[in-house]
Amino acid sequence: MSSDPTAPISTTPAVGEPLIQLEGTSKTYRSGELQVTALQPTTLRVDAGEFLAIMGPSGSGKSTLMNVLGCLDVASSGTYRLAGSDVGSLSEEELAEIRNRRIGFVFQQFNLLASMPAWRNVELPLCYAGVSRTERRERALAALERVGLADRSDHRPGELSGGQQQRVAVARALVTEPALLLADEPTGNLDSTSTADVLGLLAELHDAGRTIVLITHEDDVAAAADRIVRLHDGTVVSDRSNAPRAGLHRAGKVPS
Amino acid sequence: MNWWETVRTGYDAVRAHRLRSALTMLGILIGIAAVMLTVGLGLGAQATIGAQINSLGSNLLVVTPGSTTTNGVRGGQGSAATLTMADATALTDEQVAPDVAGVAPTVQRPGSLAVAGTNWTTSVVGTTEDWSQVRARTVTNGRFLSADDVSGKAAVVVLGSTTAAELFGEENAVGRTVTVSGVPMTVVGILDPGGSSPLGDQDDQAVVPISVAAERIFGGTARGTVQTIFVQAESTEALSAAHQEVSSLLLAMHRITDPTAPDFTITTQQSILDIANSITGALTAVLSGIAGISLLVGGIGVMNIMLVSVTERIREIGLRKALGATPKVIRRQFLVEAAVLGLAGGIAGVVVGVAGSAALSNAIGQPIVVSPSATLMALAVSIGIGLLFGVYPASRAARLAPIDALRSE
Repeated sequence: MSSDPTAPISTTPAVGEPLIQLEGTSKTYRSGELQVTALQPTTLRVDAGEFLAIMGPSGSGKSTLMNVLGCLDVASSGTYRLAGSDVGSLSEEELAEIRNRRIGFVFQQFNLLASMPAWRNVELPLCYAGVSRTERRERALAALERVGLADRSDHRPGELSGGQQQRVAVARALVTEPALLLADEPTGNLDSTSTADVLGLLAELHDAGRTIVLITHEDDVAAAADRIVRLHDGTVVSDRSNAPRAGLHRAGKVPS
Repeated sequence: MNWWETVRTGYDAVRAHRLRSALTMLGILIGIAAVMLTVGLGLGAQATIGAQINSLGSNLLVVTPGSTTTNGVRGGQGSAATLTMADATALTDEQVAPDVAGVAPTVQRPGSLAVAGTNWTTSVVGTTEDWSQVRARTVTNGRFLSADDVSGKAAVVVLGSTTAAELFGEENAVGRTVTVSGVPMTVVGILDPGGSSPLGDQDDQAVVPISVAAERIFGGTARGTVQTIFVQAESTEALSAAHQEVSSLLLAMHRITDPTAPDFTITTQQSILDIANSITGALTAVLSGIAGISLLVGGIGVMNIMLVSVTERIREIGLRKALGATPKVIRRQFLVEAAVLGLAGGIAGVVVGVAGSAALSNAIGQPIVVSPSATLMALAVSIGIGLLFGVYPASRAARLAPIDALRSE
């Protein structure tokens, strides 16, 4: 890592500026002769501290939007400002640094490395941030404690239940103190109990002030958020606020 | 992620697929061990031949006659009978050849030795008392020829250790009489074992005074002419001065005005050594070239397995990128992993090479030289091979787009 690892990482945008600001952002893929527009020009603003769900059927462009928001992919047109900085013009190295410091990912497949114990999975982003070994371990253990898995830190992913694995993944996403938590179908591979468990954890993190963007195609899961954006054919078709607490409690009772 | 952690990650990845990694390392192992063995064998042969050449004597010049030309047909080198005892005597002159320490003119022919009931055919060497000093030979038992023996034409003989054993078995030969080509002679000494040399078996010969050999044993052209004059220089530094003195003296003695057309040849130990070294060197190069091919094949094995590893861990690469790994870090991770594979194979190869050298050396009775520098070099080469053949797989991993890598199943 070229940058100074001890430099304070900005987790919040300047006062009055949104955390996420999409302005006419679109994404077009070239598939052989065909130009496929996965995301029509979209304008979206997410403030710090929001819990946003992005919904839509498969092919609606929600995954593309998630990739753009997560700096895993670069928009074809328009601008994307994350915490005040324009990420459209950044190099691959700079995007890697943004992903490392400002975004925490939670994936449907958990994506834990099977050969490493939980705490080493959690410390992984800190390795790339150049944090010292002792501090890494401390912070990884603290993050695991935050998700209620302090006693499982030495277990390998294979020795943990699906819900526990996803909580390890949440701990990994939190460990860098990112500005944004991006969860891509985080409950897609979980049973209803674990789903409630993980959604409860996200709600708690939101209550503690984190900005969360949750991508899902399930109404019950989206109900945990306090704002729901619906996509269809690459276009935002609705953007409304939601009563958050009701959704959370329902999610635990309805099988997904 | 610092270097140490990268190396540890690479080590973990290699360990995670033990069988596969072990098979890959086997390729490197065989290559490194084969190169070490062939180079060791070559160095061993070089050392043996060098020792043999040095055992001829120290700071030695070998003067042989030139070739004869009969009816326009040039005979082989040494076919002329141009060297004489007078040449040899002149070379001992302190004034003319101050850098010459010893001169041993020799005549040498096969001869038949007999004691009661036993016959042995060997090489009979007629020479002077300087021979033992010039040829760096000592006598185990008894004494060597003396100046009086040579001038007084004494009927005495010094036997090589093999010759003595063949004729007398375990018995003490000194003081006994042996018939050399029909001439009865008294054994006065036994030579120390000297091993074989490019000039033949040094332990199977009978050394007699040159005067006796010329007049009583060989007769004919052996009277007055010598086959070879061994000249010892005062020191290694004096070698080239001695060479010069011998050359100009012999040219003068033979009345040759054109120094480019002498009727004799002067060979130094160094020139014999150079020829031998160039032969063993070429052989070693060819053999290690062949062994090097197996190392190359091992390297391709590393590349192959690294490509499999990249394909297999495409999701892991995507995840690491999502978590903030730059292409540089990913490339380094896979390069280090390949280098770890190479190094582990190299270490195993060195172990097998050292053990194999010892075993093979015992089996064939030839020394095999495993030098520390060659070992370090082998390790460096094995890391280098890992790195070289890891470049392509690693840059493929580094180029993967994070979303493609994450989405792959």
